[in-house]
Amino acid sequence: MATEKIILAGFGGQGVMSAGQLLTYAGMLENKQVSWLPSYGPEMRGGAANCSVMVSDSPVGSPIITNDATSAIIMNLPSLDKFENDVAKDGILLVNSSLIERKVEREDVTVHYVPANEIANDLGNSRVANMVMLGAFLEATKAVETDSVLEAFKKVYGPRKEHLVPLNKEALERGAAAVRG
Amino acid sequence: MAKVLMKGNEALAAAAIQAGCKYFFGYPITPQSELPEFMARELPKIGGMFVQAESEVAAINMIYGAAGTGARVLTSSSSPGLALKQEGITYIAGAELPCVIINISRGGPGLGGIQPSQADYFMSTRGGGNGDYRHPVYAPATLQEAVDLTMEAFNVADYYRTPVIVQGDGMIGQMMEPVEFNEPKKRDLPVKDWATTGTEGKRKPNIINSLFLDPQALEDHNWKLDRKYKEIEENETLHEMYKMDDAEIVFVSYGTTSRIVKNVVDTLREEGVKAGLIRPITLWPFPNKAFTEIPENAKAILTVEMSTGQMIDDVKIANEGRLPVHFYGRTGGMIPTPDDIIAKAKEILGGAK
Repeated sequence: MATEKIILAGFGGQGVMSAGQLLTYAGMLENKQVSWLPSYGPEMRGGAANCSVMVSDSPVGSPIITNDATSAIIMNLPSLDKFENDVAKDGILLVNSSLIERKVEREDVTVHYVPANEIANDLGNSRVANMVMLGAFLEATKAVETDSVLEAFKKVYGPRKEHLVPLNKEALERGAAAVRG
Repeated sequence: MAKVLMKGNEALAAAAIQAGCKYFFGYPITPQSELPEFMARELPKIGGMFVQAESEVAAINMIYGAAGTGARVLTSSSSPGLALKQEGITYIAGAELPCVIINISRGGPGLGGIQPSQADYFMSTRGGGNGDYRHPVYAPATLQEAVDLTMEAFNVADYYRTPVIVQGDGMIGQMMEPVEFNEPKKRDLPVKDWATTGTEGKRKPNIINSLFLDPQALEDHNWKLDRKYKEIEENETLHEMYKMDDAEIVFVSYGTTSRIVKNVVDTLREEGVKAGLIRPITLWPFPNKAFTEIPENAKAILTVEMSTGQMIDDVKIANEGRLPVHFYGRTGGMIPTPDDIIAKAKEILGGAK
């Protein structure tokens, strides 16, 4: 594996920051070199949120992604408008088609459209849409193992949230299935 | 000890606690507020104390007082907050008390902005306060280094009886990386027989003071401080040489900017350009010696900073006129991109032919 440079973007509350943290933590559990860099600023509730995650076999140099992302998880339309061109050629775009009606204009990237909110609602909890997207990402990139993400979930959220592991596992699997088609 | 994934501000705070810091005095300011939050939560659990002062000026004077008892004390802030603390820092330096100060800096001047910036180089290395004083300034580039240097900073502060600054930017404060907490190298730390801990009627009172009205006494004191600073320069200077053995273009960069520049060095080398990096880890004392080890074939130095050019003054002093010194910077919270740095390097090398 080379260096995976991943942008996760959406609006505040969609769980892009926590999905990014779980991915980072999972990478660390697999003894990979990782970093997680959030956007921070005077954002309003429901405003834009994004983070950059590095997962690599070699030490992470700059934690910043500048138009060289290997993949992007895009949860809403403003994020697609903002980050579509930050993915490198032959990169992977995962687009939440539940909330984004337009198609990706570029033809030099691989695009997976995932109806994340519909799948999450189907599972009975709209809040796992981020995990559906993360599952799709893992299927498309094999950046880390699904089990590592679930292990990270247990470590980050502790025993009180452990009952949510099966739901999150299913969300990851349904996202993966959406990519497999 | 196993690695844990932590946010920079929390990792800095945890490192201070690991180093034996039990007292924190501060005032919140973005982008470092998670640090005092962590201290507010954790210090009471270990019998320590967190005080949110009414202002930065109050906080640094609480540090002055608490440091006088010999306790390990920490304050943290961001650029304009540090500016307010300078008066206290010069008093602490003059009174020769140990303390650690963390600056997670932001853009300026004035209230500025909260995005990553390295525009506090002058304030930290030139003495933001009055008088003949210096203090060590550590500039970590990764969270692991931030943890290691914070723990080291407490030892250095105690060993030399000096304030020590650990300086990062919002990126160091806000990002997450795996860290582990390792014991710093052992030092024989002197007994704090100067501390004002109560005489119990058994000794003369210790007096902590920075007022010397007799000019000869003040001169003696200042030369004593200067001898200490020379000793720190001799023993505590830290830097990293990255791919410098045959470098033709020598980058100089510190902190988070140096991570971008390392990527630039790698990219240039893939293209056949011999690039290298001198990374100061201590901003004061500045690694002047590193510049005497620049290879003969070097053509130019390119300083890269998130400022309009501050460290470049020290680069020019260390370079002693040997090589042309160029500058590339972004400021105000803008981050230099690898492509722009590469373009500048190629422009310099092209022009040198």
